Amino acid sequence: MTKQVKQLDRVIIRFAGDSGDGMQLTGDRFTQESAVFGNDLVTLPNFPAEIRAPQGTLPGVSSFQVHFADHDILTAGDAPDVLVAMNPAALRANLGDLPKGATIIVDTHDFTARNLTKAGYQANPLEDDSLSEFALHKVDLTGMTVEAVKEFGLSRKDAARAKNMFALGLLSWMYGRPTDPTVSFLEKRFAKVPDIRDANITAFKSGWNFGETTETFVVRYEVKPAPMAPGTYRNITGNLALAYGLVASGVQSGLPVFLGSYPITPASDILHELSKHKAFGVTTFQAEDEIAGIGAAIGAAFAGHLGVTTTSGPGIALKSEAIGLAVMTELPLLVIDVQRGGPSTGLPTKTEQADLLQAMFGRNGEAPVPIVAPQSPGDCFGAALEAARIAITYRTPVMLLSDGYLANGSEPWRIPGVDELPTIDPDFAEPLPEGEEFLPYQREEATLARPWAIPGTPGLEHRIGGLEKGDGHGNISYDPANHDFMVRTRQAKVDRIAEALPPLEVDDPSGQAKVLVLGWGSTYGPIGAGVRRVRKAGYHVAQTHLRHLNPFPRDLGDILSRYDKVLVPEMNLGQLSLLLRAKYLVDVVGYNEVRGLPLKAAVLADVIGGLVAEAEGIEVDLTPATKEEIA
Amino acid sequence: MTADLGLPGLHSGVELVPTTDAPQTGKDYTSDQEVRWCPGCGDYAVLKAVQGFLPELGLRRENIVFVSGIGCSSRFPYYLDTYGMHSIHGRAPSIATGIATAREDLSVWVVTGDGDALSIGGNHLIHALRRNVNMTILLFNNRIYGLTKGQYSPTSEAGKVTKSTPMGSVDHPFNPVSLALGAEGSFVARTIDSDRKHLTSVLSAAAAHRGTSFVEIYQNCPIFNDGAFDALKGADTKADAIIPLVHGEQIRFGAPLEDGRGSKVLVRDAGTGGVKVVAASGVDEADILVHDAHSPDPSTAFALSRLTDAGYLNTSPIGIFRQVERPTYDDAARAQITTAQGEGADPQARLASLIGGGDTWTVV
Repeated sequence: MTKQVKQLDRVIIRFAGDSGDGMQLTGDRFTQESAVFGNDLVTLPNFPAEIRAPQGTLPGVSSFQVHFADHDILTAGDAPDVLVAMNPAALRANLGDLPKGATIIVDTHDFTARNLTKAGYQANPLEDDSLSEFALHKVDLTGMTVEAVKEFGLSRKDAARAKNMFALGLLSWMYGRPTDPTVSFLEKRFAKVPDIRDANITAFKSGWNFGETTETFVVRYEVKPAPMAPGTYRNITGNLALAYGLVASGVQSGLPVFLGSYPITPASDILHELSKHKAFGVTTFQAEDEIAGIGAAIGAAFAGHLGVTTTSGPGIALKSEAIGLAVMTELPLLVIDVQRGGPSTGLPTKTEQADLLQAMFGRNGEAPVPIVAPQSPGDCFGAALEAARIAITYRTPVMLLSDGYLANGSEPWRIPGVDELPTIDPDFAEPLPEGEEFLPYQREEATLARPWAIPGTPGLEHRIGGLEKGDGHGNISYDPANHDFMVRTRQAKVDRIAEALPPLEVDDPSGQAKVLVLGWGSTYGPIGAGVRRVRKAGYHVAQTHLRHLNPFPRDLGDILSRYDKVLVPEMNLGQLSLLLRAKYLVDVVGYNEVRGLPLKAAVLADVIGGLVAEAEGIEVDLTPATKEEIA
Repeated sequence: MTADLGLPGLHSGVELVPTTDAPQTGKDYTSDQEVRWCPGCGDYAVLKAVQGFLPELGLRRENIVFVSGIGCSSRFPYYLDTYGMHSIHGRAPSIATGIATAREDLSVWVVTGDGDALSIGGNHLIHALRRNVNMTILLFNNRIYGLTKGQYSPTSEAGKVTKSTPMGSVDHPFNPVSLALGAEGSFVARTIDSDRKHLTSVLSAAAAHRGTSFVEIYQNCPIFNDGAFDALKGADTKADAIIPLVHGEQIRFGAPLEDGRGSKVLVRDAGTGGVKVVAASGVDEADILVHDAHSPDPSTAFALSRLTDAGYLNTSPIGIFRQVERPTYDDAARAQITTAQGEGADPQARLASLIGGGDTWTVV
């Protein structure tokens, strides 16, 4: 039959199922297909901390949201247009996020009395009119999958497992996605198990064919490729970009990378990725604990490698004393914190930005540490290089604050040419002329950096450690004046980093804004999308985003003073707000959520609108923009 | 799934460390820092022994690194004119692991104490031993906390009255040698601060061993635990207190018989499966235990370690309990990198193909 084709400028799809249903893989494949097709996109995986929570229950629901468009987008979208629900729990857990009129595709196979009870349904929602406000498609995905792969002789259980590929095939048909990348992906992934490989490919193709032939679906949608700056692109997650950024830091500094790490969600993928890149001279040391991870990285840094440790918030807490040692010994070190919900074990698989103050102050004594934060998944690459530049140039540990949303979320990334990347000079100390005394704490004037004298260099034998150092000679010193001087010097060294930072870019197209929205880290996307909505409705608002949180850019104080109102949205209870208020005496307004999820653009637009109304003494009505649903 | 690691056949602990022909003396290894241990501290003797022994290795001084944790003995690196790091409490083995893995051309030493290594740093110690990272760990055991002024340590005997245990400690102590053997140690030895000759011979064997060499050094703290090792040092008592372990020799000690040999011997104990002390007289020569430090099975070494008194030290075996070859972590880690690197491609070209891999698309 001939199907109607409808043009859309953007779509948000959420795949949801049991944590064993392969929803992350399904979402990831749909994303790759969309990326290759040329859409702009942003993704939001959301999964439980339990590897296999009890089957069919609400806590066991795993989902993957992908937002793709024919234009530049900034977030994974606030509310899905399409929900694919593989069981009753997946339907129930996600229904509240759907706007009226959204499309729901359910696998009817799993809507048994038992599964309905597990999900807390008294009655089958597919049989009453509780879903009447939605475009509901009841499809026996499992049954059709089992039928389609019969010829491969798999057990019923194994056959049914290919249902996610059937669903992917159906959605791929519906949105005109290219199928070749997924077929070749499956060929590679299951190369060693031909029957599983063939079953998955067959299920995928059957899903596509089902869409093509069935009368259940009468409309196909088309979302054209988005115009993008010339270049070669790939889709990339934050953790992958961060790992590549670390490899690149090694190449661009000529230093072998040494990662000391202990597995922790959501940072482990960086360890996994780096362990594949031994060809770059990367050593990955899976330590006995978080402390040993950073300890080995400090040892490697002393020995002349680019020392790196990766973790999440609880790991930072354990590493604090060792970070202080790196501050005292003034060794280059990268400390990567992929933040998750806290405190304590908190929400391991959910995102949060609540480690800023830990990064800033979470050590004994005056122990300043520079902080860098990426703003999007692809930006993790450049942020890693920037952190390495600061660490090596200034001989200091640097904290890089990613988060769970950046780590697992993805976006198209323009692959930079290697010649565009900065080079970093380790500038190791060289042997001195005969008779000259080596002073391990004698500083460079411009950077206040001390020499990096690595073992094996004759004549530069010296001892460093956690005890206070005498200025210049670096021997133990308990002298009061020396301690005061050294504390101030370590602070001055970190402050000096600001002198080499570029001016902050403020996006204020009309130049008439009275309200500035200031963010850091992964809130960049939602803030940008919220700002767009407000502007689209005809109002003025300025936006700027901090990559450097310690030290702040030199012009930040001036910029803050130019606006009547400064809004600081954060996924914490106001940590950047606290720092800005303390440093600049500016009465910033916080917008704070700690729900383990990214901020929503529509919510931020309302908050910004409210502030604009207050600052300009006008009525603000955002309705026209909301209708167009720009993201 | 396991992979064949195809490990390099390295044997000496200093095989890849550059050497020098220039004569060295203890003075070359003495830094300009004033040594600040208490008068009479056993640490002085060990420092002297190490400064006297290092020149014998003939290594380039700049290729030697001493790492310590926190405690009295951890001041050690400041007094040696090599590269050194006085790090944080208990973490020296992890820092040394990073150094040793990063650089095959360094001779890496860890100086630690009973509190540093066995209490706060216990985890790092056992994992360094398990991995067999090429380093030598000198554990100064004075059975007390000195730097914090006299609390009991994880090797203090039960019942010990200290500042923090006025009614006597209720902690059961570790036997460091048993612990190291249980942690898969490939070189485990014990020596005494006051016996410079024995100390030097053990250090020499430890440095020559490829892998983690663990050396427990009984060290007297004259301030907070004076006399803890007196039985092993007293002219009248030491013959009965020290059970000397020498590879390939019968294990004998005690007041000498007419033939000059010890009056007590070790024999296997059929009842426990361990070893026991018996009078030499009346024992068949063939039944006397001959020390085999190279045995692949650590059971006998462990049984020997149990002859150490857990309370006040009246008897203790001294010497090398175990010395076996086993692949080291750092050699294996470097071998994987060498294999992966293969023929040296330009790193930037490699980087370009890495980040440009995967599914890509081009916008013109």
